[in-house]
Amino acid sequence: MYKTPCSRLSGFVGVSVKKKLVQIAPRCNQTARCLIQLHRKDPSTWLTYQHLTFLKRQYVTKNQSELHQRAIPKQAHVVTIVDERDDSVETQVQRVPTINHVDADVVPKPDCDTTSSSVETPHIQVETEAQRNARLDRQWKQLKVDVSELPDIYARLAKIKLTALVVTTAAAGYAMAPVPFDPLIFFVSSLGTGLASCAANSINQYFEVPFDSNMNRTKNRPLVRGQISPLHAVSFAVACGVPGVALLSLAVNPLTGFLGALNILLYTCCYTPLKRLSISNTWVGAVVGAIPPVMGWTAATGCLEPGALLLGAFLYSWQFPHFNALSWNLREDYSRGGYRMMSVTHPAMCRRVALRHSVALIGLAALGPLLDVTTWTFPLISLPINLYISYLAFRFYHAGDRGSARKLFFCSLWHLPMLLLLALTCKKSGRKQEDAAAITTTAATAASPLTLTAN
Amino acid sequence: MAARTAARRCSWRSVGPLAGQRPLSSSRAAAKHSEPPQNSPFSPAASSKYDWMGPPHPLSNLRPIIYHIPEDESELDQRLRKLRQDTEDWNHDFWAKQNISFNKEKEAFIISQLTAKGLTLRDKDGRRRTLDTDEMAVFYKNFLDKNRIRHANYNKDWYRRNFTITLLMARVALNGIWRTVMDRLSRKKPGTPTTEQ
Repeated sequence: MYKTPCSRLSGFVGVSVKKKLVQIAPRCNQTARCLIQLHRKDPSTWLTYQHLTFLKRQYVTKNQSELHQRAIPKQAHVVTIVDERDDSVETQVQRVPTINHVDADVVPKPDCDTTSSSVETPHIQVETEAQRNARLDRQWKQLKVDVSELPDIYARLAKIKLTALVVTTAAAGYAMAPVPFDPLIFFVSSLGTGLASCAANSINQYFEVPFDSNMNRTKNRPLVRGQISPLHAVSFAVACGVPGVALLSLAVNPLTGFLGALNILLYTCCYTPLKRLSISNTWVGAVVGAIPPVMGWTAATGCLEPGALLLGAFLYSWQFPHFNALSWNLREDYSRGGYRMMSVTHPAMCRRVALRHSVALIGLAALGPLLDVTTWTFPLISLPINLYISYLAFRFYHAGDRGSARKLFFCSLWHLPMLLLLALTCKKSGRKQEDAAAITTTAATAASPLTLTAN
Repeated sequence: MAARTAARRCSWRSVGPLAGQRPLSSSRAAAKHSEPPQNSPFSPAASSKYDWMGPPHPLSNLRPIIYHIPEDESELDQRLRKLRQDTEDWNHDFWAKQNISFNKEKEAFIISQLTAKGLTLRDKDGRRRTLDTDEMAVFYKNFLDKNRIRHANYNKDWYRRNFTITLLMARVALNGIWRTVMDRLSRKKPGTPTTEQ
């Protein structure tokens, strides 16, 4: 049976989207872990539990022979730890790193030393001045660029996972455009979009060093840790951005190049500063997220069509349940860092907007067939997932607690790839279908006189 | 000598809760580096040609840097180093104040809320009571609104400083490249290499 290139393509994109989903999963776990860590209610009990598990591990691995003998004294140690940590929690309440200890597996080696030695101190109960100084001394690092680590540093600077998602949405935009699939242009436009996204992310990190240092989520970024200098980061951004935009403008078309440059500007010069000035940053951020699929479409067709704007509208509306739910659980960090987010300053509006836009997704899906982008099956088969996210948004609106926010956030992570995938499978073949229909009707009319004459 | 006099006033470095004394050896070792923060007697090896970055400060969560002062430091280099050091101190001041006042006000808020409810600070198990997120949200919003102007001014200043530092770094880097190129060219000149001391 003849398979159209488009359906083969949607299969290919589907596989790449699925791969992205698999890649997102560990990030979700990490995010989940971070969210959970940030919002344990009772810090002293939580630390105690961590100490128990850590000590148990240490104890079992190191002191196997003394297991029986030490059974009772161990309890005493545990009690001491609770008290000490309890008091130290009060003084350490000023520290962002109260939550650091659990990050031992996420944070690289030097901090592991800190973790192990700082957890070990309760054993001895008093770390001597010399020991503390030695420990702190070990944490001083030379500001020398380690060339072997550069790829990893660049990946983190460019927020490579986010860039990959942006490129995926742009690729979806390209695939949804009603033109024959050109692999070369597809590749070039994806590459250009990826480079532009890397540049924008690097500049964003360059601007936000002191803020990132103070937030748990971002304190291990390369510039915060001094792995490269600010000049190096800016040079990297320019080295990505200029070729990226040039590639888009020259090899694809000027409109796509313009949109790429516009997006970089919006993200770095509007969204990033606005984050600390006004809540309108969320709306600007939603536009920034909406532009890549539009770029994908214009890369294919060369002009801004309603279909492109529809795809952009999907991303725009999706951004609100996604971001509002995420920011709901980070309110303390945002407040301390001076970020003006809806979730902190206008909590009721935050939940209302998330609900509003989740429901809007249902309406937008119905626009698909009306704008000749998809067939009528699309609103029908996307209805379950759109209803589900709207339901979760309603729960979030109603309850406004951490659990409902977390559920909505995780739903948004799989909802978008699924929606794009469904749109791809329901893509209207457009002109090709009409041509095929015309051919079959002419063939039928040609055949019928023959059959008549034959009879 | 000149290096030791450089950057003596380090206001934030005396704010640290761990008031360590600087051993005498560090000032000798720091001959080629700027002053280390007072709350840590760390000093890089004198032979090190790089800047050193330390662990995050407990109050401001910013990492201090000890700058390497080369023998042939030019005026531009010195300007850059001073600006970076000054920005570091200024940043640390802001964030230490911010974090301290945030936590103080948070404590005060929690206590006032608990007393309004008629509860003690600690429950019967000796654990601290915490408020739920909705109640805390009132405090977070309040904190942001109160500090709005202060934050806006800080942002403006930070962007300006960051930009100036990066420009200076670019100039220093270009100067360095120019000097290296000039050195190479002058060495390649027809003058005999044996005459060079």
